[in-house]
Amino acid sequence: MESTHKMPILSTRGLTKTYDGVNVVDKLDLDIPEGICFGLLGPNGAGKTTTIEMLEGILPPNAGTILYRGEPVDKHFFQKVGIQFQHTALPDFLKVNDVLNLFSRFYDQPMNRDELIAWCNLEDILERDHRKLSGGQKQRLLLALALMNDPDLLFLDEPTTGLDPQARRNFWELVRSVRSRGKTILLTTHYMDEAEQLCDEIAVLDKGTILTQGAPRTLLNQHFKGALIRIPVGNFAAKAIPPEFAGAEQKGDFMQLQATQVDATLSELIASGVSLNGLQVESATLDDLFLKLTGHELRGE
Amino acid sequence: MMFWKRFFGVLTARNLEFWRDKESLSWNLLFPLVLVVAFAFLFDSDDRTLVTVGVIQEAQLSQEISQREQTEQREQTEQREQTEQREQTEAVASANSQEIFVPELASLDFVEQVIYEDREQALRRLQQHQLDLVIAPGEQRYWLNESSPGSALAAELLSARSDNYAQEILSGQALRYVDWVLPGILAMNLMFSCLYGVGYVIVRYRKNSVLKRLQATPLSAFEFLLAQVVSRVWLVLATLIIVYLICNAIFSFVMEGSYLLLILLAFVGSVCVSALGLLIAARTRSEELSRGLLDFIAWPMLLLSGVWFSLDSSPEWVQQLAQIFPLTHLLDAARAVMFDGAGLAEIFPQIVVLIGMTLLFLLVGARLFRWVGDGR
Repeated sequence: MESTHKMPILSTRGLTKTYDGVNVVDKLDLDIPEGICFGLLGPNGAGKTTTIEMLEGILPPNAGTILYRGEPVDKHFFQKVGIQFQHTALPDFLKVNDVLNLFSRFYDQPMNRDELIAWCNLEDILERDHRKLSGGQKQRLLLALALMNDPDLLFLDEPTTGLDPQARRNFWELVRSVRSRGKTILLTTHYMDEAEQLCDEIAVLDKGTILTQGAPRTLLNQHFKGALIRIPVGNFAAKAIPPEFAGAEQKGDFMQLQATQVDATLSELIASGVSLNGLQVESATLDDLFLKLTGHELRGE
Repeated sequence: MMFWKRFFGVLTARNLEFWRDKESLSWNLLFPLVLVVAFAFLFDSDDRTLVTVGVIQEAQLSQEISQREQTEQREQTEQREQTEQREQTEAVASANSQEIFVPELASLDFVEQVIYEDREQALRRLQQHQLDLVIAPGEQRYWLNESSPGSALAAELLSARSDNYAQEILSGQALRYVDWVLPGILAMNLMFSCLYGVGYVIVRYRKNSVLKRLQATPLSAFEFLLAQVVSRVWLVLATLIIVYLICNAIFSFVMEGSYLLLILLAFVGSVCVSALGLLIAARTRSEELSRGLLDFIAWPMLLLSGVWFSLDSSPEWVQQLAQIFPLTHLLDAARAVMFDGAGLAEIFPQIVVLIGMTLLFLLVGARLFRWVGDGR
């Protein structure tokens, strides 16, 4: 709304989904600008998957509108977008090669096959049964299927859930390369680092409504001034806790304080003779943001 | 153009699945083979103690037969395949129309006389050893089957009592129970393969979200479903042909009609039952529910459509009920082709019924179909 006079690639007004009388997604208004990576962030059960599946055209909403480039979504939509579901399966007994063949036949203009295989690193597993792939390999295959039609808009629903750290990093690289080709990406995640690493803009979702929305850095700067200062409890031994640190709370072996003016707080600590050995200074994360906004942990429940 | 590309994409993938699933594939072939062989040996003995004589009823005389007798007669002539049941019904028939039987044999308790209006049919029964002798009293002629020992005996019996009859000689192999039950077993295999192979697979694909993934492409439901049916139908046809050929090498089945017609029937029948499978799998994502529904359709159909035994002596309401099953019509037509040499014209009604049922199943199934389905 603020700066974009370009038409958003995807926008919703009053998007609502109801299960058993409960609004799982409640009157959602979203505008996703073209060419960015947009993250839907929230704990399990926040309505992320329900929201993204309505946007994908898989799940009919109970109320509200969805516009793709200003037009209502129809079956032709699937020619132009790529979708990677959180839980999905492929027909049994097919090799990676067969799966690529199958999906390439669905589209009017499939991507160049060799290019796609190279892009998603599938060369070595083409002859393997897709059911015998590792988690990372499977996600790369599913991403290749989603990219098959060289889509303008790519949906990724929890794409790295359950992957080991190495596979996650590899997958992030892939997502960045997709983004660098000018495609718009809409991803859901409950990993904060993933959102911080990949997303240009995020919307934090809880109980079906958006709590806040913007660039991750901007949001953190808005909600957290300064940084979190942590000092080992032992450093305060035999000393009265200085007034500057009165608001601190003990967490394990550390006293921690959310300081608005980091340099001022530190110099006052030095002045009162507290050792700074073992000092940690942390900026707030999206986890902290979520905690602050909702009063409960992002990964809670 | 895109339609066929997408259709063939799914068809190819589905065929790869069949081909690579060696266990299911071999079971598909082995199961009907084992059944046919088992039935051949289980029901091998044909210990008829009676002499059965077919009496050709003259056209003028048949007008005297009451409506009721005509009905019984039709039932009777249609059920010659079943030895046990035949005895029962024929006894009723002989009690009702004593006068028109061959008088020379009337006093013999161990001789059953069965009325036939259709000479061709009576002679075919004789060729297939269902009858020991066919007599046309009006023409003073009788026919015997030289390859049947029972026939020679019956001819001796008749000539000992009367020398008014001229003899004609036919030959032909016996119609054994295995001949009769073969189309039943093949049809059963067709039914299970089509119902579960189409219905259950779709529900499983819905449950584990394969369908959801396919939905998120330009693939239409019609293209997908058509590919499921076509892939299954051709697999079933190939299976049936292979099983028939192997069994035929062992048993050399009775086959009076056209093989092409039989294949046409198998095609129409398997499309029809596959469409029924689609209808059942249109919405549910519960494998348990779909299994229950499929069983609910399959087992009554298995018992009531004449797979194992003829329904001719069953109560009227059972016979009426059996008409709702595609398999009943398929088996009627298949047996007519195999044992009576029926042509396309004779089995046309059954083909029309099967096609009608197919259209109905497809129409309702397509309306109900959901990729993701109920019960999220």
